[in-house]
Amino acid sequence: MENSVLTVDTFSAFFGDHQVLKDVNLSVPKNVVAALMGPSGCGKTTLIRCVNRMHELLPDTKVAGKMFLNEKDIYTMEPIVLRRKVGMVFQKPNPFPTMSIYDNVIAGYKLNGIRHSREDFNNIVEQSLRSAALWDEVKDFLHRKGTFLSGGQQQRLCIARALAMNPEILLLDEPTSALDPKSTSQIEELFVELKKNVTMLLVTHNIGQAARVSDFTAFIYIGELIEYGPTEKMFTVPKDKRTEEYLTGKFG
Amino acid sequence: MRINPRFTNKLVQLGLNFQAFFTVGILVIIVAIICFKGLPYVNFEFIFAYPQDMGRLGGIFPSIAGTILLALLSILFATPLGVGTAIFLTEYTKESIFTKIIRFGVESLAGIPSILYGLFGFIFFVIKLKMGWSLLAGVLTITIMILPTIIRTSEEAIKAVPRNLRIVSYSLSATKWETVTKVVLPSAIPGILTGIMLSVGRAVGETAAVIFTMGSSLRLPTSLMDSGRTMAVHFYILAREGISMEKAYGTALVLVVSILLINVLAYYLMNKAISKYS
Repeated sequence: MENSVLTVDTFSAFFGDHQVLKDVNLSVPKNVVAALMGPSGCGKTTLIRCVNRMHELLPDTKVAGKMFLNEKDIYTMEPIVLRRKVGMVFQKPNPFPTMSIYDNVIAGYKLNGIRHSREDFNNIVEQSLRSAALWDEVKDFLHRKGTFLSGGQQQRLCIARALAMNPEILLLDEPTSALDPKSTSQIEELFVELKKNVTMLLVTHNIGQAARVSDFTAFIYIGELIEYGPTEKMFTVPKDKRTEEYLTGKFG
Repeated sequence: MRINPRFTNKLVQLGLNFQAFFTVGILVIIVAIICFKGLPYVNFEFIFAYPQDMGRLGGIFPSIAGTILLALLSILFATPLGVGTAIFLTEYTKESIFTKIIRFGVESLAGIPSILYGLFGFIFFVIKLKMGWSLLAGVLTITIMILPTIIRTSEEAIKAVPRNLRIVSYSLSATKWETVTKVVLPSAIPGILTGIMLSVGRAVGETAAVIFTMGSSLRLPTSLMDSGRTMAVHFYILAREGISMEKAYGTALVLVVSILLINVLAYYLMNKAISKYS
């Protein structure tokens, strides 16, 4: 696909002898939310971890096929360079407990030893927190530790931390699964707002969430990409019988 | 028969209270006795004067200096070594026979009586390496002695740092070293500090290993090759040889107070280090 931020080309992943992903093809255009849904253990989390090569932290993994980030081969890049371009938000909110809110936002810079002037950092912090819809709630205590924030606020802080690095794509690994309904809907609204500037790949096993926030949806089942296309189309006229059964709650 | 839950609760509460009071009580009694017996002899002169007549008269200044030098230098050597080993064991190797052997070795070393460290230090540092009875030989011996404690506590502290913090750090494109130094260690500092505290306590209170390696001369050590004695050694010799019980209790009081001061100072410095980090 032209102009695609992320292209996955006949991609397979193995944990030991176990094949977790089978010849997945996928293309995510710029400034959209693409949702990956499927039952637990289907390989959707593995797929996004392969995008920033986090799977390499686990022993005995290998991959076949290709992935491109803005036409650059992900698997010939240095992982460090790649991860600078790919932001990630995890299931459980996980701000660094030893750092202040301010330092959490610029943690990516601090960890990498990237220096900026105080003023630049102030701007990055404000902008990232505004983008994550958290600025108004925390602007008066930026230099306090982030641990007293609510779960939803902590997760938005983590989103701000990922955004601060100006990622080319933002990976969201079930980002609302540990949150209450109110925080969840706040964050879902945030994603819709964010796609003006960022492309997002969202793993969810909440069908409603995929329907609410995504432009494209992929249905993955036992390591295979069953169906991928515009969300509206898939939810109204699914092509594959398994997709239809999943969407209507017959399994998963 | 049914036991009244409220009664059981009361009973347990009472029992636990008693145990807590008992433990703290013993500590208070010890400190009180030392204060009571030592306080009359502790004054400005006692702290800042040199001992005369084997310690029967005068003060204990050289042994205060010796204690501080020995403890600080040992910690200075042992902390980077111990924390480094702990980082290696937890972050840079996989669990294997090799790490198990290291761990077993560390645990065995922790259980060795200090007099054996003293003997080793005497044979190896004092005789073989020709250091003589010296501050350096003492420091190296104490360093080896406290290493296991520092390694074990640091390892536990590092292991207790949640794995997901490391994962986040990697996802923010940090390298392993950046993750260890900027994410893992700051979270582990309170635990590491505990190990250092325990080690300071051991270094300050040690007698056997010190007598064998640093000697027991009454002079003020002004170089690493000078011999000297610590407060604990001074106290031991004064009491053991019946030189002066008054001075012994005075020394004990200064020893207790200085352990307290070292703890407070270490907490202060560490807190400063932590806030500088973030």
